[in-house]
Amino acid sequence: MQNDWLYIGLFLVIGIIVPIVPLVFSALVAPHKPNPIKQSTYECGIETVGESWIQFKSQYYVFALVFLVFDVETVFLFPWALSINQLPIFAVLEGILFISILVAGLVYTWRKGLLEWI
Amino acid sequence: MNFWNDPINFIADWLRGLLTSRGMTTGLSTVILFFIGIVVLIIFAMMLDIFLVWVERKVVARFQDRLGPNRIGPFGLIQPFADIIKLVIKEDITPAGADKLVYNMAPVLAMASVILLWAILPLASKIYGVDLNVAVLYLVAAGALGTLSIIMAGWSSNNKYALLGAFRMVANMISYEVPMVVTLLIPTILANTMSVKGITDAQHSVWFVILSPLGMMIFLISAIAELGRAPFDLNEAESEIVAGFHIEYTGMKFGLFYAGELLHAFTFGGFVAMLYFGGYGVFGLEKFLPFLQAPLVSALIFLAKAMVGYWVIMWVKYSMPRIRIDHLLAFNWKFLTPLSLVVLCVTAIASKLLSGSPTWLVAMVMFLANVVIAWLTIEILRGVGRRQRKVEEHLTSPSSPLVRHGSE
Repeated sequence: MQNDWLYIGLFLVIGIIVPIVPLVFSALVAPHKPNPIKQSTYECGIETVGESWIQFKSQYYVFALVFLVFDVETVFLFPWALSINQLPIFAVLEGILFISILVAGLVYTWRKGLLEWI
Repeated sequence: MNFWNDPINFIADWLRGLLTSRGMTTGLSTVILFFIGIVVLIIFAMMLDIFLVWVERKVVARFQDRLGPNRIGPFGLIQPFADIIKLVIKEDITPAGADKLVYNMAPVLAMASVILLWAILPLASKIYGVDLNVAVLYLVAAGALGTLSIIMAGWSSNNKYALLGAFRMVANMISYEVPMVVTLLIPTILANTMSVKGITDAQHSVWFVILSPLGMMIFLISAIAELGRAPFDLNEAESEIVAGFHIEYTGMKFGLFYAGELLHAFTFGGFVAMLYFGGYGVFGLEKFLPFLQAPLVSALIFLAKAMVGYWVIMWVKYSMPRIRIDHLLAFNWKFLTPLSLVVLCVTAIASKLLSGSPTWLVAMVMFLANVVIAWLTIEILRGVGRRQRKVEEHLTSPSSPLVRHGSE
């Protein structure tokens, strides 16, 4: 059991090192002659106007909030899904009740018109 | 135990004997064995990735009525190596205003998030990285790393196109993660375990695609969306934002994004095969044909199934037009998420009520339940479409004035 996580830890380290190897190799053999034109922001040849780090549409934020609700929900559903054969039928229905409360949230968002892209 | 029955443990035992005979402690020799195993597995994945570049180019060529690479080597097989040499010797340009550290970390993380998935991919009953008991959650977690790499790339490039691409991709990924996680719950319920090997072994008698065809389809669609491949490739919509999040990347850094995407698609082909198509098993035929149980043969079976999954993902990519962002989000939140939750509830109730029944009865009831859900969904969609068309007809036809029907 501990060995499993040792394996994952080693895998993480090596998995990050492996993609670095071609980058290092490329840095050694590729030419490097920077100049201001080459390093300018690419916008199809036109000079960029203003800040590049612009403010983004708040609509993305609403979707992120809806996602957050469901993402937390699924964490609670995994233990329920795992033990469904040992649970009494009542507990299974309770899990479904839990899902339907969250669906009610989705329906509320839907009726409020927040899922419409403006 | 011989090489053909259990190649990994056979080699591992031999190496362990070699190491401990030199006076090494068991702990250290375990670490060294893990190290060797991981390096071999990752090198195998990278070799496969190079091969996938060739497969992808050849298949897209056939879809577009071309021949594809056919000059270098037989059938152009050496082409990807030429591509790699070209990418490596290209100049690496970092835009002037970029956030250097994040900019350089993003492609590494994009590739690493895919490689991490290979730790839990069960190639055969005795060839796998590690059999985690929370593998399904690990799959979701490693997928989230990919999202992170894309928003890192988009944000640090100091480019408006890149930033727009990153926003779209993040909206896409976080939306489609919901049906994906819900459909991951379905094999968990059916197999009663979260370990990938357990899920594969639970499909000995009947594949989960028969028990939950809708679950398989929703998983495939949301996997394609998670990958950011067409028709969900808004993050790199060429006609609007040039190349999206990787617009400023050149040379090998771009190469890592590209190779990472291909390997990601193949890996998800593998996960579809593992979760719904019995993984390395063949309909339980291995009881009668024992040679199918040999690890190397079952690894080949698994890779063939993964390749079929990858081919389906490519087929979708090259025959569907890109969809608009509002359609993309509406398709997920108004269709896939409710449908996947309904399928989940039905699967949970059915598997509870039918626990202990013979397999054929479970399979039949589950399949029929899925057919009924699909039919109801199509009926509801048809009704919605009809109503929408009626409203549009009213609004556009000259005989009915807009004022009378404007309220509809």
